[in-house]
Amino acid sequence: MKILVCISNVPDTTTKIAFTDDHKNFVTTGVQFIINPYDEIALTRALEITEASGGSVTVINVGDASVEPTIRKALAIGATDAVRVNANPRDAYFVAKQIAAYAEGKGFDLILTGRESIDYNGSQVASMIGEFLNIPAISIVKSLVTEGTGITCEREIEGGKEVVSTPLPAVISATEGMAEPRIPNMRGIMSARTKPLQVIEPVEVAQLQNITGYDKPKPRSQVKLVPSDQVKQLVDLLHNEARVI
Amino acid sequence: MSVLVYTEHSGGKFKKSTFEVVSYASAIAEKTGGTVTAVSIGDVNADELSLLAKYGASKVLNVTLDKLKTFINQAYASVIAEAAKSENSKVVILSASFSGKGLAPRLAVKLNAGYVDGAIALPDMSNGFTVRKGAFSGKAFADVSITSDVKVLTVIPNSYEVKENQKPSNIVEFNPPVADNDFATMVKDIIRASNKVSLPEAELVVSAGRGLKGPENWGMIEELAGLLGAATACSKPVSDAHWRPHEEHVGQTGIAVSPNLYIAIGISGAIQHLAGVSSSKVIVVINKDPEAPFFKAADYGIVGDAFEVVPQLIAAIKEFKAVHA
Repeated sequence: MKILVCISNVPDTTTKIAFTDDHKNFVTTGVQFIINPYDEIALTRALEITEASGGSVTVINVGDASVEPTIRKALAIGATDAVRVNANPRDAYFVAKQIAAYAEGKGFDLILTGRESIDYNGSQVASMIGEFLNIPAISIVKSLVTEGTGITCEREIEGGKEVVSTPLPAVISATEGMAEPRIPNMRGIMSARTKPLQVIEPVEVAQLQNITGYDKPKPRSQVKLVPSDQVKQLVDLLHNEARVI
Repeated sequence: MSVLVYTEHSGGKFKKSTFEVVSYASAIAEKTGGTVTAVSIGDVNADELSLLAKYGASKVLNVTLDKLKTFINQAYASVIAEAAKSENSKVVILSASFSGKGLAPRLAVKLNAGYVDGAIALPDMSNGFTVRKGAFSGKAFADVSITSDVKVLTVIPNSYEVKENQKPSNIVEFNPPVADNDFATMVKDIIRASNKVSLPEAELVVSAGRGLKGPENWGMIEELAGLLGAATACSKPVSDAHWRPHEEHVGQTGIAVSPNLYIAIGISGAIQHLAGVSSSKVIVVINKDPEAPFFKAADYGIVGDAFEVVPQLIAAIKEFKAVHA
């Protein structure tokens, strides 16, 4: 199976988020960037599938040259080759269009993404690629198995799960449960240095939106402590003061 | 101007999150001097459909095509896009439910529309159309200005209150042609955990972490959640250790929740966990370590052993319920 995995370059989960004083830009100084954790799940599942039944795994990222360490890490984990679309990933619509433009006509059976990136949390790219290529897309999938010429997925729904089958090609976004992310081993890290990383230029995309500013949640006021032998007091507070029960 | 709202249902019944998005659409329509049209797909009876008028939908497009009885992302997106075109809608609203998150991006592409996922408040229309959403997994907010003619939004459950705004009920059949190509996927089964409150939509959440010591100790967590009508949740180490299923994992790489009340038991409060709960209205932390970072992000706290505090809390809630029944 020929699989394309879309990877996003995001701040490490331990990052304290900071913005410039005018609230216009995210401060990247001192921030460690990683492969988006959900994309890592998608990548691992892609490798499991090709290891079991043959094929190749290409990773694609939309970003400038600074993301190459993240792409090399995906190669170290086991991807066959990589593509970088040389552009600032300004929004999901732009990214999805770049990936669709690259994938068009190349015969990928499966395009995988993470359920969302942990920076903008959009959950947009997978469905948009599906629409651009006019093929099925199934979002937030926790199990993906190949079955005959298609695949069967379990996608999350409120209070349960839905089992959906689809012919290929299709786009799937991965969530926890689909695979356990792999840590690259030394051989993988060595071989990643020489694996092909193709850089292509972006296609033009209309801009439909822009981020005008950022803000941070207001800190909560001082915690009100209830003695551990006065638990009833907590129930009173939740009922009479917070009014949540 | 018409505002279109997709009214998702579960087994023929609308959910609270559906009435929330109708109320949200209605607030936008009021501001712009427009009306709200709802689009419902699948088996929903007339009584249920008429409920949409109560929250401001002055027209309901009822799509009853047999092939659309189960969720098919491509086909549903096509139907909603056709509805938006036929109503000349400039704003299309969906819930940020699992299905909504899959539908809205396709819909946005079909309509050449800018799309903001996960709105947490009404758009600011004083100078353009700017929508606030969560970013960096609960650690921040981003304000996104949509500049396209048509705009698509999803709204986070529990972030906008249901408001009544009664309109005369007007239900019309709407069955646009849908291309065969849109029916490639097939729902083979739907598995629902019975009697469980759905975590992303829950108003109350009881969550527990490693402080519980092992999966065999979740009985009291489930009992407490059951008493409150709350959903159960857990921290990442707990789901990584398979003490609890992944879909209960709340945090930066799990589910982000915004309930009215989040009770965290035996969870220290790592930055990744706090990210997933920061938009909860009230947070209660129970932890035996007074230095646990979660206390800094909490409204109420009890420093004490979960195995002593939780049974007392269960008893206190039972007593409270007996009085307030």
